[in-house]
Amino acid sequence: MMLRRINSDGALRVLGTLALLGMIATVWLGLFVTPNAVGYADGTVRLLYIHPPLAWVMFVAYGMATLSSLLYLWPRTRHPRFDHLAGASAEVGVVFTGLTLVSGSIWGRTTWGVWWAWDPLLTTTALLFVLYLGYLAIRNVPGDPETVARRSAVAGLVAFLDVPVVFFAVSWWRSLHQGPTVNLATGKSYVHGSMAWTLMLGFVSFTLTYIWLMAHRYRLAVLRDREGDEGLEAALAERWAEAVR
Amino acid sequence: MLHDAVLVCRKDLRIELRAKIGLNQVAPFAGAVLLLFGLALGPSRQALEPAAAGLFWVAVLLSAVLAVQRSFAVESAHAARDGLRLSGLDPAGIFLGKGAAIAAQLLVLEALLTAGVALLFGARLAGGIVLVSSCLAASIGLAAVGVIYGVLSSAARVKETLLPLLFLPVAAPVLLGATKAWDDALAGRAGSSGVWMSLLAVFAVLYVAVGTVAFGPLLEDT
Repeated sequence: MMLRRINSDGALRVLGTLALLGMIATVWLGLFVTPNAVGYADGTVRLLYIHPPLAWVMFVAYGMATLSSLLYLWPRTRHPRFDHLAGASAEVGVVFTGLTLVSGSIWGRTTWGVWWAWDPLLTTTALLFVLYLGYLAIRNVPGDPETVARRSAVAGLVAFLDVPVVFFAVSWWRSLHQGPTVNLATGKSYVHGSMAWTLMLGFVSFTLTYIWLMAHRYRLAVLRDREGDEGLEAALAERWAEAVR
Repeated sequence: MLHDAVLVCRKDLRIELRAKIGLNQVAPFAGAVLLLFGLALGPSRQALEPAAAGLFWVAVLLSAVLAVQRSFAVESAHAARDGLRLSGLDPAGIFLGKGAAIAAQLLVLEALLTAGVALLFGARLAGGIVLVSSCLAASIGLAAVGVIYGVLSSAARVKETLLPLLFLPVAAPVLLGATKAWDDALAGRAGSSGVWMSLLAVFAVLYVAVGTVAFGPLLEDT
């Protein structure tokens, strides 16, 4: 239901506009309004307003993909829409993972002095990136739509199960990353004032952007499906007309 | 289920014993990988010895890809997969059987590679129990993931390139856990490898469980 509503042209346009306005406001607040924090190299604290939101969207996107895969595998809720949703969400997730890695790398260069450090979060994110590239590759393996959907759903779950194992493995291996900026479990934040507001706005506008992108990808998948069905019907009708003539 | 697993495992191992692909191609490949590592990092023992555990497990991982590919190439020839599907064997049994056969081959390969790292890299083998049990847990985990991704990618026309892309990132925790356990054992700190051993065990249990449940639908699909 919710998907159908989001999917209408008008709703998508409103969502897109809100996401764009949110982004512009985040950039303006982040670059010109918030203070430069002590303890960071000049200006790098401003990465705070995009890097955590990017990582957050990455987790939301993969969580959504996993939930949709589960719903597809569950016989009672099996419907092609969950397969499309999983694919759309994972695709956007991979883009945001790439952006998280790039923004993290730039931050790392300015704070730790290196472009890449073998830190648990960084290493897990890099592995996530490759894991989900593999998932997208398996989605592209041709076959009967139902087969492809089931195969993809299992692949999605197998990939997701690896995430906590990888994370703990790499955490025991070494730890360098600074603590989370906002502790999601307790809701406690380590930034205050205008910085906190800008960060919150960043979270909201990046999430809106994610929903907007995902809804577009989802719509494309549905339309592609419909094109396949209608194309087949049209071809059949054409052939039928020829035969009757 | 277990009976079916034994049947499938024996079938796969018998094919391997007769065709000797593992012995004639996979094991020499693993040996070549060790030699190449030696050329890349050597010849100083100071560089090779500390890296021995990691190089050993990278060689195992690369060879595991070949073993999994071989295990499913056997099924795709002469429409053997249809035979397997129509045989009425429990899919979970087929999964466990194929996994056990791959794990057994990996264990043989690991024994050969152990001799290789001792000989070529001068690794002093110590902490035998940790070495053996980490090999056992890692082989089971790798085989389980390998069979899941083997059947997933066997439908693809590009399975040769798809399988490594799917398999290697998922196997990263095994590489890390097994390397660390071996590092500890080889350095004479076998006692401190407990956390890594439990990581390997969790990985193996997790993917054996997933494969046992998911293999049926996947086998039908391909």
